[in-house]
Amino acid sequence: MELLAQLPQNLVSGLLLGGMYALIGVGLALVYGVMDIVNMAHGAFLMVGMYTTYLLVNNFGIDPYAGILISAPALFVLGMLIQRLVIHRIATASHMNQILLTVGLSMALVNTAQLLFTADYRQVRTSYAETVIRFAGVSMNLAYVISFAVAVAITVGLYLYLMKSEFGRALRATSQDIHAAQLMGINVRNVQMTAFGLGMALAGAAGALLTPVYYLYPTVGENFGLKAFTMVVLGGMGSVVGAALGGVTLALAESLGQMVVGHELKDAIGFVVFVLVLLFKPAGLFGRARA
Amino acid sequence: MSTSKIRDAALPLLLAAVVLAVPLVLKTPYWLNVLILVLVWTTLGTAWNIVGGYAGQLSLGHSAFFGLGAYTLALTAGKLGWNPWAGIALGMVLSVPLALFIGSITFRLHGPYFVLASLAIAEVLRLVTLAWRSVTNGAVGLMVPFLFEGISRAPYYWFIAVVAIVAVGLTWWIERHKLGYYLTAIREDQETAESIGINTTGYKNLALVLSAVIAAVTGSFYASYLSYIEPDIVLSEPVSLQMAIVAIIGGRGTVFGPAVGATLLVLASELFRAQFKQAHLLIYGLLLMAAILFLPGGVLGTLQQRIKARRAAKAAAIGATFARKEAS
Repeated sequence: MELLAQLPQNLVSGLLLGGMYALIGVGLALVYGVMDIVNMAHGAFLMVGMYTTYLLVNNFGIDPYAGILISAPALFVLGMLIQRLVIHRIATASHMNQILLTVGLSMALVNTAQLLFTADYRQVRTSYAETVIRFAGVSMNLAYVISFAVAVAITVGLYLYLMKSEFGRALRATSQDIHAAQLMGINVRNVQMTAFGLGMALAGAAGALLTPVYYLYPTVGENFGLKAFTMVVLGGMGSVVGAALGGVTLALAESLGQMVVGHELKDAIGFVVFVLVLLFKPAGLFGRARA
Repeated sequence: MSTSKIRDAALPLLLAAVVLAVPLVLKTPYWLNVLILVLVWTTLGTAWNIVGGYAGQLSLGHSAFFGLGAYTLALTAGKLGWNPWAGIALGMVLSVPLALFIGSITFRLHGPYFVLASLAIAEVLRLVTLAWRSVTNGAVGLMVPFLFEGISRAPYYWFIAVVAIVAVGLTWWIERHKLGYYLTAIREDQETAESIGINTTGYKNLALVLSAVIAAVTGSFYASYLSYIEPDIVLSEPVSLQMAIVAIIGGRGTVFGPAVGATLLVLASELFRAQFKQAHLLIYGLLLMAAILFLPGGVLGTLQQRIKARRAAKAAAIGATFARKEAS
C-alpha cells in the first residue's frame, strides 16, 4: 500500500528527470545519426558543461540557467574544433578506432577536470533550490521544474529546427544516406562538423540544467553517458525523436524501479532495460532501425 | 614436428624459459613487484587482444571478468574457507556463462551493441557489488587469503608468469591455426566471412570466452597478490580501459604486442611515479588518442609492417634483377 501511495510522486519525479534525460539522449543520437560515431565522450562534454556552469555561478554570479547562453555556444565551438581537428582525421578509419578516439578524448577531459577541480563533490547553490511546489499531494522542487521546462523547450526547438530549416534538411539527408546527400550538393563535411558541435552544445546545455539539481564531480558524466546510450538504443539507433522518448522512458523506469530495488541500484535499472531491449527488440522501442 | 615448426617455436620457448628463470637471479622485492605488474598487464592485454585485436570486437568492460575472478576468490576462500585454488577455478568457470551471456545477446546484432553491452554489464556488476553489502562488504572491500605461504614474492611471480606464458602461447597458437584465420576474416569483413560459411557468432563467442577465462584467473591472482580488493580497484572503468590501452599501444592483433605495451606502460609509470600518480589516466587518455591518430598498428604492429614491406621490396628488387638479366 505504501508503494501505491508513493506512485504519483515517483511518476512526477521521473517525468521531470525525463525531460533532462531526453536532452542528453538527443545530442548523442544526433551525432550517431549524422556521423555514425558512437561518441564515448558525450558524458565528458556534459561534465564540461556542468563545470562551466559552476565557474560562471561561482566566479561571475551568473544564474545557472542564464549561463546556458554562454556554456552552450562555448561547447558548440569546442565541439566543432574537436571534430575538425581530431575526429575528422580518422573519418575513413574503422568504427573501432573512431570509438577508441572518443574514449581517449573522454579520459583526457575527465582527468583534466580531476586535476583542476580535484575529485571533491561540489554543488551550485541557488536561491530557488529549496523552494518546493506542492500540487495535489505531489511536491516538486522548483529547480527541477525550471530545468524540465528549459530542457523541453530546447528539445522541441531543436526538433522544429531540424524539420523546418534548410540546414535541418541537409542534416537529416546526411543522416539517411551520406553519399546520396553528397551527390545532391550538400557540404557533408560542414554538416558533420556542425552536427558534432550541436551535439556537444546539447550535452553542455543538459549539464547546465543538471547543475542546480545534482552534484558535480569529474566522473559525473560517465554515468549519464552510459544512460544516454541506453536511451539511444531504446529509441532506435540514431533517431532523434526516439532518443527523446527513450530518455523519458528510462527516467520513468528508474524512478518507478527504485521503489522496488532501492535507491542504490537505481542506476543499474537502465542497464537491465538496455539488455532486455537488446534481447527482445534490438531495433529499439521507437522510431526506425538502422543497419 | 617438422624442423621448420621447431625453428618457428624455438624463440618463443627460449623467451618463456628466460621469463621463468628471472626470480632465480633477481631477488630485489621492488623489481620483482614491477615485473609481476608487467606480467599481470601482459596477461590482461593478451586476453583483451584475442577478442579486441584478432576478432575485432571492441570490449570496454573486461573489468567484469577480472572483477568476477577477484570476487569469486575473495568470497569462496575468504568467507567460506575454501581452498584458494578451488576458488580460482570457480572464478574461471563462472566467467564462461557471463561471457556467453554478453556475447550471445550482442554478437548476432550488427552495430555497436557489443561495446555498449560490455560497458553496461561491467557497470551493473560494480553497482551490485557496491550495494550488496551483506555479501561483498560494499565499498569497504574484502580481505583475500594468500595463495602462497611466506614473504617471498617469487611463487607469485612464477604463477602469473605461467599464466602469461599460457595466454601468449594461446594467441601464438591461434594466429597459426584455423581459429586465427577465422577471427581475422571476421574482423576484416564480417559479411564475407559469413558468406563463405564461417559461423561468425560462434567464433566471436569462442574468442570472448577464452579472453574472459584468462581475465578471470588474472583477477583472482591479482586479488590474492594485493590481499585486499574493493569494487573501485577491480571492477572500475579504468581497469577495462587499461587492458585495451596496453594492447593498442603494443599492437592489436599481434602475439607479443600486449607484452610490449605492458612493459612500456608499467615501466613508464614506475619511472614517472611522482608525476604519474595524479595524472596517469590523463596521460593514458592522451596516449590512446595519439596511438589511434598516429600509430594505429601500435609499436609492434607498425614494426612488423615495416619489416614486411622491406622484405617485399627486397624480393621485388631481386625479381627485377633476374628479369633484367633474362632480358639482356
